[in-house]
Amino acid sequence: MAVLVIAEHNNAALSDATNKVVTAAAKFGGDVDVLVAGEGAGDVAAAAAKVSGVRKVLHADGASVAKQLAEPMEALIVPLMAGYDAVLFAATTAGKNMAPRVAAKLDVMQISEITAVIDADTFERPIYAGNAIQTVKSADAKKVVTVRGTAFEAAGEDGSASVETVDAPAGPFKSEFVSEEMVKSDRPELAGAKRVVSGGRALGSAEKFQELMFPLADKLGAAVGASRAAVDAGYAPNDYQVGQTGKIVAPELYIAIGISGAIQHLAGMKDSKVIVAINKDEEAPIFQVADYGLVADLFVAVPELTGAL
Amino acid sequence: MKVLVPVKRVIDYNVKVRVKPDKTGVDLANVKMSMNPFDEISVEEAVRLKEAGTATEVVIVSIGPQQAQETIRTALAMGGDRGILIKTDETVEPLGVAKLLAKVVEEEKPDLVVVGKQAIDDDSNQTGQMLAALLDWPQGTFAYKLEKDGDALTVTREVDGGLQTVKLALPAVVTVDLRLNEPRYASLPNIMKAKKKPIDEKAPADYGVDISPRLSVVQVTEPPVRQAGEKVEDVATLVSKLKTAGVV
Repeated sequence: MAVLVIAEHNNAALSDATNKVVTAAAKFGGDVDVLVAGEGAGDVAAAAAKVSGVRKVLHADGASVAKQLAEPMEALIVPLMAGYDAVLFAATTAGKNMAPRVAAKLDVMQISEITAVIDADTFERPIYAGNAIQTVKSADAKKVVTVRGTAFEAAGEDGSASVETVDAPAGPFKSEFVSEEMVKSDRPELAGAKRVVSGGRALGSAEKFQELMFPLADKLGAAVGASRAAVDAGYAPNDYQVGQTGKIVAPELYIAIGISGAIQHLAGMKDSKVIVAINKDEEAPIFQVADYGLVADLFVAVPELTGAL
Repeated sequence: MKVLVPVKRVIDYNVKVRVKPDKTGVDLANVKMSMNPFDEISVEEAVRLKEAGTATEVVIVSIGPQQAQETIRTALAMGGDRGILIKTDETVEPLGVAKLLAKVVEEEKPDLVVVGKQAIDDDSNQTGQMLAALLDWPQGTFAYKLEKDGDALTVTREVDGGLQTVKLALPAVVTVDLRLNEPRYASLPNIMKAKKKPIDEKAPADYGVDISPRLSVVQVTEPPVRQAGEKVEDVATLVSKLKTAGVV
């Protein structure tokens, strides 16, 4: 049994999501290798070699995989699978983009967003926006799996794996990278943050969102999240969305401000350790999952909270 | 340009699902069903492409029970031209769906397939990517914006950290994200007109594809229930509770 983990990175740094996938991979009970595909990502390969429990790192360097688009990644991963029983991706947008493509090429069903490994064939995963947990057993010879980061601890960094070079695929491919527009933020990354403050439609405007949420987040060293309503209204960028179709978070502290608590939002945060809700509607469903609820006008309560911390 | 839009009949997004006591699944008896919300966005985008003169025909396809015909009718009322229902009472996994869709693509020869990024029942987020792989077509997943540009399609994608723009050679598969558009409501006259639009009825066997499931469901359980919390009087009390809990 050998398991391949596809590293998540931006060519400069290895994402913490990878360490979490390595933890899930170790539960398969075999050797764990990590594939680092990128351009000029030597530092990432070196970082992956230090992740505890990794046997070896495969490093593919080339322009074709610089942005890890699905087609070249498929061309790289599928032939490598001759030597592996399973391939695991983080359930990030990058992982979700690649994994099903690889699975279809291998003619196997992909298993999405696992939250537990029962054995090398059996997994738990949430369905219906997290309102049910399904245990599935795969009859496929090879497993292609995406791993929900919040369900696994990050593997440590006391490893010393060897790094082997593999060829990046040559192409040409039918898709090409044009540009990207990344949200710049000095705050912690949402999916891995220990504390998250999240704002909803009740904030009323992008200005109020920034004016109230950012100082509170900075005071707590928290990441900022948002409900779909707040994102749709343009108060916050897409990338901030917490929920079934946005980011799944499980921080130690989640503060929901002006968020009613729709099923789709709860799907993204109900595994948080402590949930605080600030909402003026005492009937809001968010209070049913909140450990501490404050029925108050957020425009008064939030500055007061920021001041009191 | 011909556009194919797969749609799925799912439990309505507002319904709170209940797990069956025998743990075999969730209870779908007498529950309101609707078109998967992401698929409404796919249909809307295809219809907009047609209205802009970019698309010539919009073909709607659904795989599911007889009632999935209603889902196709809804899409036709939104502006789809005709439908294909691949009728089955079995649960078809994304791989099986992708294989059936690949056959439909072979027959229909669309230039673009627009798929919802995920279905809100199984939350898989796989079908579009699998279809692209089976066809060896490029994929533009989680589309935030799309524009046809000669023989290519420029797709801006919602990715972790922001937006990414890619250029795909047509034919291609695009999966749509929430922000691509605001789906229209079908008007009553259009609902009436949709009743006259043709729907071809097929069976999985017509396509000669093996769609037997690869995954078996061992059990379906309720997620852990959170302990009921408490309401606090004021901000000062909240802060002291959070300090006691050790989270601030």
